[in-house]
Amino acid sequence: MIYLELFLSFFQIGILSFGGGYASLPLIEQELITVQGWITNQQFIDILTLSEMTPGPIAINAATFSGNQIAGIMGGIIATIGVTLPSVIIVQLLAYFYFKYQNLSIVQGVIQGVRPAVVALIASAGVTIFMTAMFGHSDWPIVLSEINWVSVFFFAAGLFLMRKFKASPIQIILVTGVAGGIVYSLIK
Amino acid sequence: MNKKDLYLTLFRSTFFLSMFTFGGGYVIVPLMEKKFVNELGWIDEDEMLNLIAIGQSAPGPIAVNTSILIGYRMAGFSGAMVTVLGTILPPLGIMTGLAYIYLALRDNALVNNVLLGMQAGVAAIIVNVVINMALRIIKQKKIVPVLVMIAALIAGIGFQVNILWLLFVSALIGLIMTLIDLKNKHDKGESK
Repeated sequence: MIYLELFLSFFQIGILSFGGGYASLPLIEQELITVQGWITNQQFIDILTLSEMTPGPIAINAATFSGNQIAGIMGGIIATIGVTLPSVIIVQLLAYFYFKYQNLSIVQGVIQGVRPAVVALIASAGVTIFMTAMFGHSDWPIVLSEINWVSVFFFAAGLFLMRKFKASPIQIILVTGVAGGIVYSLIK
Repeated sequence: MNKKDLYLTLFRSTFFLSMFTFGGGYVIVPLMEKKFVNELGWIDEDEMLNLIAIGQSAPGPIAVNTSILIGYRMAGFSGAMVTVLGTILPPLGIMTGLAYIYLALRDNALVNNVLLGMQAGVAAIIVNVVINMALRIIKQKKIVPVLVMIAALIAGIGFQVNILWLLFVSALIGLIMTLIDLKNKHDKGESK
């Protein structure tokens, strides 16, 4: 039953994404691409792109979009409920204990411990995304002659604008989108 | 204020914040703070900071978690249901629409070129996020978190270790470090 599978997959993504929206990326990648094979690498990056372009949390956007791709409108709704439900339960439990004991130091200590691992996990999802952007795929072997130099330039420019001038993600998406529309239409 | 007005204001506030805020949790949370602390005056500054800390200690999107906490604080479980709906309905609606537009336009040559350009932009955004997060860990100047980060990087990329294991082991390390820390503080307190 696809709806139940969708629900369980996204429930698992929701319950394990410690540290905000980007923490859900490696989980989405592992569950939807590697384990279930529901979406491709390319679709994963498209989902990310659309999520950066639209308001709202990335995990919710990704759930709605991939649920829709996999099983229509109902699929999108069920995936979204699945990814949100852990928050609804866990946050209220934490709030209850917090208001009762005014102390969450053990929970917060555990989260502090998880944070460096989460950074590494996001980095590992980042490798897939980076490779796909530069080479068109992320499967070995990577051949240097397959590299897309326009993409390399857009990447470097985007990173430079964010680090040097604090450009926001939405600005980077808009600039690289317009530039891609012009440059690729001219050279292809 | 009667219950109906309370629910309505909770829903409207979270709905509009979610509808018009780009950039995820770190952008929307300060706006929530402004709305509920400064404009409505429902929650005081210190309590809001505590709510944000709880939201960051739970899994899931920080914007969703914080909105649930605000709803819970104002009107218990039903308040939390109202604010979580307010927060997820806008992206649910927008992304459902986009999913259909995407299907119709994905094969269009110009759309394809625009998306190809954006793909490099997305890679830059993720790399930037990772740099910022890693710097925050390194700047704590503690050895254990840096070691955990390097070990997880090797295990995750080099050996494709399952994410569940990486999270579990690092949580265990966090728990042990916290217990040692608490014990040290406790011992110090006794020796005084």
